Amino acid sequence: MKRTTVDLWVGVFVTAGIVALLVLALKVGNATSVSASDGYLVFGEFQNIGGLKPRAPVKSAGVVVGRVEGIAFDDQKFTAKVTMRLANTYKFPKDTSASILTSGLLGEQYVGLDAGGDTANLKQGDEIKLTQSAVVLEKIIGQFLYGKASEGGGAK
Amino acid sequence: MIGTVDRGLRQIGHKVVDGVWKLGAIARFAWYILSRSGECARRVQLTLNEIYFSGTLSLIIIIVSGLFVGLVLGLQGYETLKRYGSAEALGTLVALALVRELGPVVSALLFASRAGSAITAKIGIMKSTEQLSAMEMMAVDPFARVLSPIFWGGVISMPLLAAIFSAMGIFGGYLIGVVIIGVDSGAFWSQMQANVDLRDDIWNGVIKSFVFGVAVTLIALFEGYDTPPTAEGVSYAVTRTVVTSALVILALDFVLTSFMFTGV
Repeated sequence: MKRTTVDLWVGVFVTAGIVALLVLALKVGNATSVSASDGYLVFGEFQNIGGLKPRAPVKSAGVVVGRVEGIAFDDQKFTAKVTMRLANTYKFPKDTSASILTSGLLGEQYVGLDAGGDTANLKQGDEIKLTQSAVVLEKIIGQFLYGKASEGGGAK
Repeated sequence: MIGTVDRGLRQIGHKVVDGVWKLGAIARFAWYILSRSGECARRVQLTLNEIYFSGTLSLIIIIVSGLFVGLVLGLQGYETLKRYGSAEALGTLVALALVRELGPVVSALLFASRAGSAITAKIGIMKSTEQLSAMEMMAVDPFARVLSPIFWGGVISMPLLAAIFSAMGIFGGYLIGVVIIGVDSGAFWSQMQANVDLRDDIWNGVIKSFVFGVAVTLIALFEGYDTPPTAEGVSYAVTRTVVTSALVILALDFVLTSFMFTGV
């Protein structure tokens, strides 16, 4: 088949486009990180999740080890049930505790895991029993004001 | 007095009916092009020529504007993020802005004005010099031989151009942010990678640019095909292509965005 210069230029263009897509997928989008289907699911029940969103990171010691898969409301216990998908490569003891933390002052909220001392590890479908709710700023301010008021009352 | 009102109402009604008529004609036109696309697969060379025309020849403008948009985003983003002490989020800002919105939209606008106008002028002149009718006389179907390769050339080129635009823009943001201002390179890339999702952000951007490619090429072809066969007609048709494409791109962008990025 006769090759023309147009073929060459179209080849250059298509190659450049595909390279750009690959750069976007691998370098920018990080296709290699915890993907949507790998890993095992665990869940925890929180009194208050604050502003936690699905797909928020789950971190331990600052390292992203998974993602929040889903958030549901349990109308029997009136708690929030947060399902998390953790990467298969990371194992956590059964008595790991989960707390909802905020990165920075205005940053996004994430789930922080603190490993416990149990010898058995969390498996697919296990519950994280020890949970700590998100800090609600209004409650802290309320407590602070209440504390101040009672302090003042005692001094008189 | 009544005469003026009457005329005004008539004109409005005429415009509306005309618009609906045109919409129907575009739908039929699109169906003709799609139903005669088999020829493009059989004679690949025709489509390759069109990819060369609307894709390769648009490369320079896409690369240069992508780079500059990235440079500006880097500068502006840094100035704003610095106030909140989170200059490391620059990578995320630049990447999300480009991949979700600016990449598909700006490259589609450039594509409409660079390739779309040329397509309209070409088809318009072929129509007004009766080359299309001459083809029909020779039992060559102009839809299969001319229009449908142009359509597929545009549709294939558009997502690739948008991807190149985004990649160049992110490179521009990197140049300004990391190389010139001195944001930490590791934080720039890692924050970007942590917050840009392959399916939600990049894939949706590709879908957007594909939709824009279909819209722009179809509008350009239709305006060319529909043009009155005069020099003035062709010039109006080219103007209409650019204006309509720009409006349709922005309107479609709003609709697609509201489907893709709501909730969560």
